[in-house]
Amino acid sequence: MKRLPAGLLMISLAIPALAAWDLPQLMDELAGAGGGRVRFVETRYLALLDKPLVSTGEMRFTAPDRLEKQTLTPRPETLLLDKDRLTIARDRQKLAVDLASQPEALAFVDSIRGALTGNRQALEKHYALHLAGSREHWTLTLLPSAPAIAAIVQKITLTGQRNSIRSIEYLQTDGDRALIRIEPLPDQ
Amino acid sequence: MTTTARRTLLLWSMAMLAGAAIVWNSRFSADISFFLPAHPNATQQVLVEQLTEGAVARLLMLAVAGGDARQRAALSHDLRARLASRPEFAAVNNGETQGLATDQEYLFAHRYVLSPAVTPQRFSVTGLRAAIGESIDLLASPVGLLVKRLLPQDPTGEFAGLVAGLDSGRQPNSREGVWATRDGERALLLAQTAALGSDTDGQATAIDAARAAFAAAASAAGAADLSLQIAGPGVFAVHARAMIKEEVTRLTMISALAIVALLFFVYRSFTLVSLGLLPVASGALAGVVAVSLACGTVFGITVGFGSALIGEAVDYSIYYFVQAERNDALAWRSRFWPTVRLGMLTSVCGFGVLLFSGFPGLAQLGLYALSGLVTAAAVTRFVLPQLVPAGSAPRDLDALGHSVAQVAAGLRRLRWPVLLLALLAAALLLANRGEWWNSELSALSTASAEDLATDSALRAELGAPDARLLIVLRAADRENALQSAERAGHQLDRLVAAGVIGGYDSPARYLPSEATQAARRASLPTVAELRERLPRALAGSPLAAGKLDPFLRDVDAARVAPPVGPQALHGTTLALAVDALLRQGDGGWSVLLPVRSPPGEDARAIDADALRAALAGSGALVIDLKSELDGLYTQYLAEARLLSLIGLAAIVGLLAATLRSPRRVLGVIVPLLLAVLIVTAGLHLAGVRLQLLHLIGLLLIVAVGSNYALFFDRIGEHLQREPRTAASMLVACLTTTIGFGTLAMAKVPVLQALGVTVGPGAILALVLSACFAPAARRQ
Repeated sequence: MKRLPAGLLMISLAIPALAAWDLPQLMDELAGAGGGRVRFVETRYLALLDKPLVSTGEMRFTAPDRLEKQTLTPRPETLLLDKDRLTIARDRQKLAVDLASQPEALAFVDSIRGALTGNRQALEKHYALHLAGSREHWTLTLLPSAPAIAAIVQKITLTGQRNSIRSIEYLQTDGDRALIRIEPLPDQ
Repeated sequence: MTTTARRTLLLWSMAMLAGAAIVWNSRFSADISFFLPAHPNATQQVLVEQLTEGAVARLLMLAVAGGDARQRAALSHDLRARLASRPEFAAVNNGETQGLATDQEYLFAHRYVLSPAVTPQRFSVTGLRAAIGESIDLLASPVGLLVKRLLPQDPTGEFAGLVAGLDSGRQPNSREGVWATRDGERALLLAQTAALGSDTDGQATAIDAARAAFAAAASAAGAADLSLQIAGPGVFAVHARAMIKEEVTRLTMISALAIVALLFFVYRSFTLVSLGLLPVASGALAGVVAVSLACGTVFGITVGFGSALIGEAVDYSIYYFVQAERNDALAWRSRFWPTVRLGMLTSVCGFGVLLFSGFPGLAQLGLYALSGLVTAAAVTRFVLPQLVPAGSAPRDLDALGHSVAQVAAGLRRLRWPVLLLALLAAALLLANRGEWWNSELSALSTASAEDLATDSALRAELGAPDARLLIVLRAADRENALQSAERAGHQLDRLVAAGVIGGYDSPARYLPSEATQAARRASLPTVAELRERLPRALAGSPLAAGKLDPFLRDVDAARVAPPVGPQALHGTTLALAVDALLRQGDGGWSVLLPVRSPPGEDARAIDADALRAALAGSGALVIDLKSELDGLYTQYLAEARLLSLIGLAAIVGLLAATLRSPRRVLGVIVPLLLAVLIVTAGLHLAGVRLQLLHLIGLLLIVAVGSNYALFFDRIGEHLQREPRTAASMLVACLTTTIGFGTLAMAKVPVLQALGVTVGPGAILALVLSACFAPAARRQ
């Protein structure tokens, strides 16, 4: 909620640039970005807990549909999204989910995958899109259109610079939220 | 007709009617029990129970193909509902989550007695700190969303642990909310029949019900392009029975037609042909009646064997019609009956030893053949002469008889070449003596390759446990059964950790023994103790102790809750798992612990010996189905070899007692043994690995061939003057060859093996008997 005024501010600042900067352009830029490796810091604010939970690690995206999220702290965990198959490995346990059979989870995954590949169609299937800011500092807001998703997620906000995403924020319906900050790493 | 004749006929007709009534009420089966031991040891007993009554044998796997994923899912949903309401099925599962909701309620409500993690240490300050810390870590992970809601009630994560334990079993792939193959092209269902695996009729009814339900569901959905595939042990049994039935009908038709044609050529009279078949029909009926009365169930294979015996049983009437001049029964009885009777008795010796086999299939074949042959011979001797109308005579076979006698005389010159051939055969067999036998039970299997492929493919897709390895525990009552399952489970946990096995299932996971439940309840602290420990455990944690009041409430309730019994599982899919794994049998309770292979690209085989070593002392029986069955088969084979030798000895003894001349006994027995030797070598050269039924076939060559050898022994010296006898032997040999020879065309391995052995063997026995017959005396 704290971010909202800042976002409004940015929208007002960006108005002059709007003519030159719109959703199709952003999608083109994102689509051209391909893949890459990033470092992330995820902060979860939960009403249940007195302090936020912080986890860090690396993410790697290989276009068009392979995303690997490797959490390093506070404890190692690997999340692998390969096409429609989501695998979570933690300690010696492994959980596999076939997203084709879980439409809500698929919609959730599509939000990040759609953004990473600049796939406007995939994004608009489940969300209403709002773009604000400039090419150098844009903010894309996703508002779920399907009730099943809206019951869990209130809003997803992505910010970025040109073709790279810098943060993703999930605001849950119960008020809890998770903010993922992203910092590109050089390809080895 | 004399009074005696009339009385004989009346007696015979009544016996036939009674026999027909018994056959009408007989049970026919084609399941695996044909191969299971009649007198099992402890391990085999468990094996037999599992294969006939166990959960493994009652499993049907269904696959729906065609249409699109949505259509298949809708059909799977409808089919599951239809099957679940049928009495033929104890359980049906297609992965729909509706069943899982009740499961989760059960697991959550009883988490403190179900969770193996519940120990006094778990609820100490350090234990609580570790367990709650773990749950908080989980909040930060992608699955955190699921954990968050339950955290105030279950901060130590017992429920999450239980669910993870359930999921550690390889769950089938899922599409549109129902189980599907990995490629997603087929929807999968798993059904447990109410009928036992050994109940072939029940399995057939269940399979038909599944097909009917599918057809109804498909037509209700208007989806004509969907198709259903069913696999499982029941399918093997039902298909095998259908195949044996079809084969037996087909082969009996062929051999009956061929034999009738031959008889018609010889007799030239419809009356004689139909009369000639009378002893055969009586014998076949008597065989089924004897088996049905003695064994309860008649195996399909036994009936198939009967079709071959037609060729042998018809011999008696051939001897009578061809040899008895002008239907002079008295003369035939005094001249020929002793020889025919001796031939029959040698056959009885051969088949009789099979009665002592521990292999029920073999004992049935023996009983069937024994009673069939004795009946056929008795009907020929006592009933047939009464029925033959005066003046009916078969074709004049003197010319044929003379040629046979001439050829037979000529064959004597082949003695030395035959001996040389036999020597070569013996040398060949000796040189390759390690390679004659096929020592795998699958050699006898009646399952089609297609069914086997479908079965193993669906089993892999469904992640159904390895059907090869079974861990079985026995106990006097449910509580003890569950306790021993828990003890074995501790040992298996170590193997899972070491990667020897991928996992296992146990009824105690869903329904712990009362002792374990009591121990877990005793581990739970009081509310006062928890109130005191929580703030210390949560010092420095982002979670405030004040948020955990629901936890205090639940632990307090669990401490004083009554033990969870089987009725608490009612309505959950877990109840089915418990029912399948924990069964009350005749001799107490038995627990089945299915084991899964370690995960890997291809499922690795589990090391049965490591499993056995790990479970030593727990009273658990580790049964490796394949090696156990192969061991069983090896045992049958060794036993059959011994029985064959005993049978041979009995035949030699019988001949010695009757013929009273070592030279004559040799003259009868040597050609038969040479025939056996040459046939064995021939099969070996043709690339056939001998199995049990080949061995029985070899015994049959001796039993059947002895008829010819005995005739040569009796009249070989003046065969030229006995053209009718010579002709009757040729005709009899031909019918035997037709009867067994048609079996060589069978698709059922057991029958085919008999056919390829006895068919050529019968001819060879006749030819060699002629070779070694006494020289004709010059008049």
